[in-house]
Amino acid sequence: MSALRIKKGSSSHSAYDLRSTYGDTVERHTLAVTVMNEPGVLARVIGLFSGRGYNIESLTVAEVDHEGHKSRITIVTSGTPQVIVQIKAQLGRIVPVLEVHDLTAEGPSVERELGLFKVAGKGEQRVEALRLADIFRANVVDTTLQSFVFELTGTPEKIDAFADLMRPLGLVEVARTGVAALSRGDH
Amino acid sequence: MSRQMTGAKMVVQALKDQGVDTIFGYPGGAVLPIYDEIFQQSEITHVLVRHEQAAIHAAEGYARSTGKVGVALVTSGPGATNAVTGLTDALMDSIPIVVFSGQVPTFMIGSDAFQEADTVGITRPCTKHNWLVKDTAQLSGTIHEAFHIASSGRPGPVLIDIPKDVQFATAEYSEKTKRKSHYQPQVKGSIEGINDLVKLMEKSKRPIFYTGGGVINSGPAASQLLRELVEATGFPITSTLMGLGAYPASGDKWLGMLGMHGLYEANMAMHDCDLMINIGARFDDRITGRVDAFSPKSKKVHIDIDPSSINKVIHVDLGIIGDVAHVLEDILKVWKSRGRVTEKEGLAKWWTQINEWRKIDCLAYTGSEKTIKPQYALQRLEELTKGMDRYITTEVGQHQMWAAQFLGFEDPNRWMTSGGLGTMGYGFPASIGVQMAHRDALVINVAGEASWLMNMQEMGTAMQYRLPVKQFILNNERLGMVRQWQELLHGERYSSSWSESLPDFVKLAEAFGAKGIICKDPADLDDAIMEMIKHDGPVIFDCLVEKHENCFPMIPSGKPHNEMLLAADAAAFASGATLV
Repeated sequence: MSALRIKKGSSSHSAYDLRSTYGDTVERHTLAVTVMNEPGVLARVIGLFSGRGYNIESLTVAEVDHEGHKSRITIVTSGTPQVIVQIKAQLGRIVPVLEVHDLTAEGPSVERELGLFKVAGKGEQRVEALRLADIFRANVVDTTLQSFVFELTGTPEKIDAFADLMRPLGLVEVARTGVAALSRGDH
Repeated sequence: MSRQMTGAKMVVQALKDQGVDTIFGYPGGAVLPIYDEIFQQSEITHVLVRHEQAAIHAAEGYARSTGKVGVALVTSGPGATNAVTGLTDALMDSIPIVVFSGQVPTFMIGSDAFQEADTVGITRPCTKHNWLVKDTAQLSGTIHEAFHIASSGRPGPVLIDIPKDVQFATAEYSEKTKRKSHYQPQVKGSIEGINDLVKLMEKSKRPIFYTGGGVINSGPAASQLLRELVEATGFPITSTLMGLGAYPASGDKWLGMLGMHGLYEANMAMHDCDLMINIGARFDDRITGRVDAFSPKSKKVHIDIDPSSINKVIHVDLGIIGDVAHVLEDILKVWKSRGRVTEKEGLAKWWTQINEWRKIDCLAYTGSEKTIKPQYALQRLEELTKGMDRYITTEVGQHQMWAAQFLGFEDPNRWMTSGGLGTMGYGFPASIGVQMAHRDALVINVAGEASWLMNMQEMGTAMQYRLPVKQFILNNERLGMVRQWQELLHGERYSSSWSESLPDFVKLAEAFGAKGIICKDPADLDDAIMEMIKHDGPVIFDCLVEKHENCFPMIPSGKPHNEMLLAADAAAFASGATLV
């Protein structure tokens, strides 16, 4: 009837089941969350992710409807399909959250990020940096005789690639906005 | 007609408009204006507790025994931080309460002022929602919204932090009806889902209803509909700790509580069923045991008002989002309209199997004529009080599980216990909240001595308000549940799990002006319990019980439902044998 295969005195057991659940493959999802723009709303969203152990790869937030007091939070997160569903449900539970959209699951979408790159160097390195910036269609927004600041908009992968190329050419500092995203089409 | 008033007056006015008659609280510098308003009126009774944690638990007890929203009032800083345990408790068990906290004046926030704490920051993860109100004009609307949010959807605690200058300032009071909240959770379940569920019910040979606190929270109508559905279909029913009383314990379809210390027949039926209908429960880890071996042969259906509960722990075949009463009503309608079909033959076999499991008599224990067994104490308490207008609260530990096993609940809202958070110290203040709502009822807190000491200061409250709460303490001079785990799983190394230097509980009662009863002989128990019941006032009942009794059945963590440890196995366990 009972099959407790543990010996008296065994201490390998706990008041909790210590095995983590074996998940499926980890997926990356971009979520667009519309919230009431009230104090603490971002803290609620971030607190949810830290409190429940979810990942945040990128997060951007800004007011998008001044009259309606609405802000849009774009979160790039990763997890097993079960975790992603749970994240969306948990977000939906936050009282000032009005809408949660999974742009990755709901069809094609566009994602853009803006990066600023300060590259310092002289001579051939400096020319090469400018040439590569041209290929990437980055703008020069500040220049001195020893440095450039480039502005580049694109997918996170494009920003990554540009940063990798600039590193040996004297990359000093990078600032990135994180991802903003919209679904494609007219809806 | 516009009504100008101070923020402090708004608080009291809004409480009246929300139909609040009782609040629990403790004054301090940052809430003095509100206390001044409370002093000048008589519609709302303020109960002065002896610790803010107790104010929250008392509000929980009030809420759970009435179905109304509980209200507490605490000051800034330490008042608010002391409320945190109660708020977390209410969040875990989905209890609707509104807590008001005072705050330092707005112009001092952030300056580390005296008794300042970032209350909304601290309580953000332990409330359903909270607000810092910086403008008196927003205050009354926020209070009405707070009551709406606490009580609708999945209920829970909310907190409103009110700086002292906002309490003093004057603005226009906004009426309860003026505001339309954007927070409107879905209460009707999808009719497609309900149709699918009914089809599953018609074909199931081994169904089971697994119900939880959601049925209680949905209101008396939900319990009524559940009873109708169970009787009409003839399906067996089990419940979580939180859901006891939704279906009567005397009902013949009742299998008893399930879970870690649930009944053998309930857990076996959960493991072997072919259709599990979860109504307002949340697949807590104390229920499921080992998740990947949880009820392997069943189709699982989950009815819950909170979409995040569905597929959180256990993957289900069908999720229905909605309020229990609404969904049950629709299930009954659809099932009846389709001809009230059940798989009669399969069901009869299923009941034969269940009755075999019942014969195990999993709650059996070895009686004693010399010492009071805790199970015996609860059996006698049940026997002597069961016909009465009775409410039970508990602390947390072995006594809580024995109470759930041995006391029978015939109606909802009669059983108040800390389930999700497992808060020792919950039961005594909760019993005060219950007694405030039901002045003539018999309110008993089944306690362990260690838990009870955590909020024993509330004897003062019980005496002051003449609340005849009965503190039924099963005193084993141990932290019984901790000791049990240490015995079974940590080599009998009883690390800090005994109660040293206990007070003389009879003298303690007398020190507060209450009655104390001590009982250690099983032969005296009935008379002692009757003496407790008959006494018109608070009683501390010190019931000295067997010190090393273990609570069975028990599903060790990481084990599936069909690998329960029973008292008989435990005897072998104690002699050092390996159990297979």
